[in-house]
Amino acid sequence: MSAETLQSNAAADAAPGQTREPVLQVNNIEVIYDHVILVLKGVSFEVPKEGIVALLGANGAGKSTTLKSISNLLRAERGEITKGTIHMNGKLTNDLTANDMVKLGCVQVMEGRHCFEHLTIEENLLTGAYTRGSSRAVKDDLEMVYDYFPRLKERYKSLAGYTSGGEQQMCAIGRALMARPSIILLDEPSMGLAPQLVEQIFEIVKKLNQEQKVTILLAEQNTNVALRYADYGYILENGRVVLDGTAEALRENEDVKEFYLGLSSEGRKNFREVKHYKRRKRWL
Amino acid sequence: MEILHGIFIDPFITMYELPDLLVQVLWEGFVAGTLYSLIALGFVLIFKASGVFNFAQGIIVVFGALSLVGLHSLGIPAFVALFLCIGIMFALAWLVEFTVLRRLVNQDPIILFMATIGLNYFLIGFGEGVFGGEPKTMITAELGLPTGAFDFDILGGLVSLQQIDITAAVTAGVMVGGLAVFFNKTRIGRGLRAVADDHQAAQSVGISLNHIWIVVWFAAGIVALATGVMWGARSDVSFALSIVALKALPVLILGGFTSISGAIVGGLIIGISEKMAEFYWGPLVGGSIESWFPYFLALLFLWFRPQGLFGEKIIERV
Repeated sequence: MSAETLQSNAAADAAPGQTREPVLQVNNIEVIYDHVILVLKGVSFEVPKEGIVALLGANGAGKSTTLKSISNLLRAERGEITKGTIHMNGKLTNDLTANDMVKLGCVQVMEGRHCFEHLTIEENLLTGAYTRGSSRAVKDDLEMVYDYFPRLKERYKSLAGYTSGGEQQMCAIGRALMARPSIILLDEPSMGLAPQLVEQIFEIVKKLNQEQKVTILLAEQNTNVALRYADYGYILENGRVVLDGTAEALRENEDVKEFYLGLSSEGRKNFREVKHYKRRKRWL
Repeated sequence: MEILHGIFIDPFITMYELPDLLVQVLWEGFVAGTLYSLIALGFVLIFKASGVFNFAQGIIVVFGALSLVGLHSLGIPAFVALFLCIGIMFALAWLVEFTVLRRLVNQDPIILFMATIGLNYFLIGFGEGVFGGEPKTMITAELGLPTGAFDFDILGGLVSLQQIDITAAVTAGVMVGGLAVFFNKTRIGRGLRAVADDHQAAQSVGISLNHIWIVVWFAAGIVALATGVMWGARSDVSFALSIVALKALPVLILGGFTSISGAIVGGLIIGISEKMAEFYWGPLVGGSIESWFPYFLALLFLWFRPQGLFGEKIIERV
């Protein structure tokens, strides 16, 4: 089956799921770093309200860059959106600053957690509410975050730098929640965590999505886990979207099974063959 | 043999025999030290939050004091002039953010360092152009600062504490206390520490770096203004003071570039040790070792503890 037909199939499958109005529309964006390095070559996708959408792909496919161009953290890395548009709730956001985006309700949880090491867990969470001033509501939200992550409550006085990787990931997600976002951009939450912990974190994310009505856009290498929790997925390769579909459709797709889930119709192959095969057959 | 005697024995005998003199020297050193601490504090604030080594900090101290005296000489009442100076410090912070930091964000630290050297000379030229280059006297009396001295008849001698020195020490203490509260208890203070820890993450939660930069440069400006007033009251107000302000460098080497408590302890160590060295060991080499002794001490220090006394606590997970 060729990629094109797959894509149209997937789109047809998705039709009922995609009727909800989109929170985020990314339209054919191109991103260049340092004026020379072309990283995204026309990426388009939509995130429906209260959905969980996953961007999947290998290292260097452009997942993180896509998230950063949405949250406008790109400029700090000398990256620039040179073409295309990004709309959030119908508002063009290309030229806003990172803190405008937070105020609009779009918060990114960066890859590798990036907690403030010399601040305590509680102070980390409170900085999440920086744009909201200090009010009664912030205190209530702190309790809400502690309810979702009881582990953080136990460690609220420890410096974030001394907590474990899982706790830091929870802290980073909790910190994002403190801004009361309508959409969270979650970059590689599984990175460096034990499988059991990854599962636990995804469970909480799913719960947040259902109970707090937070829309989630997820970038993951761990395709297996991501497709179990997301509703819809886009696969990025080399700065382009090569395939998209509902999570279910992608899980059943032969090519995805082969390239990203490590399964195929002939059963598991040995590594040498897989590599050889992959080198010959690429979508692009 | 005689030299060794002079270095290792004689000074201590003098200390023991004339304890009142020792107390006086320690006090002088302590006061000089608090002022060094304040200058170093300005460096640390800016270095932590914006990663810029602000070469112009010493000049900002003089510039603050000069503006105060200059404005007063135009006939503006002392306290109004003081408030205007706080305004000038804010304008300076904003200007630096708008013309330098914002444009040079993401550049190498060395480029920002060069920019602060430029700022240094700009402030000297601007200050001299507007207020004149000749040394001025601080408007101590008009600001209501005390000028007398307390004399204590203790330890078999007379120890004299200048009231302005006491005021300087108290002011320094209040500044440091105020900053500590600001850093630990307020929203913006937390934001500042967050930026110092991780620029990108701070941006990701919606902290605007530009605002934070203005806040730290303003805070450093206020500290500089207070230092300038105190220092000016002890000597003249002129750009020659900036040579003294450079003593903040050995303080930073001792205390670490990122530690506020390091700046304070480092300043006190430098202040006290230079006065002690000058008084007890200076005569051996013909005096005036005060001007280079701190640098020598800093060099010794670099051998043993290059990260400084309180260099950033390096967090390592095991």
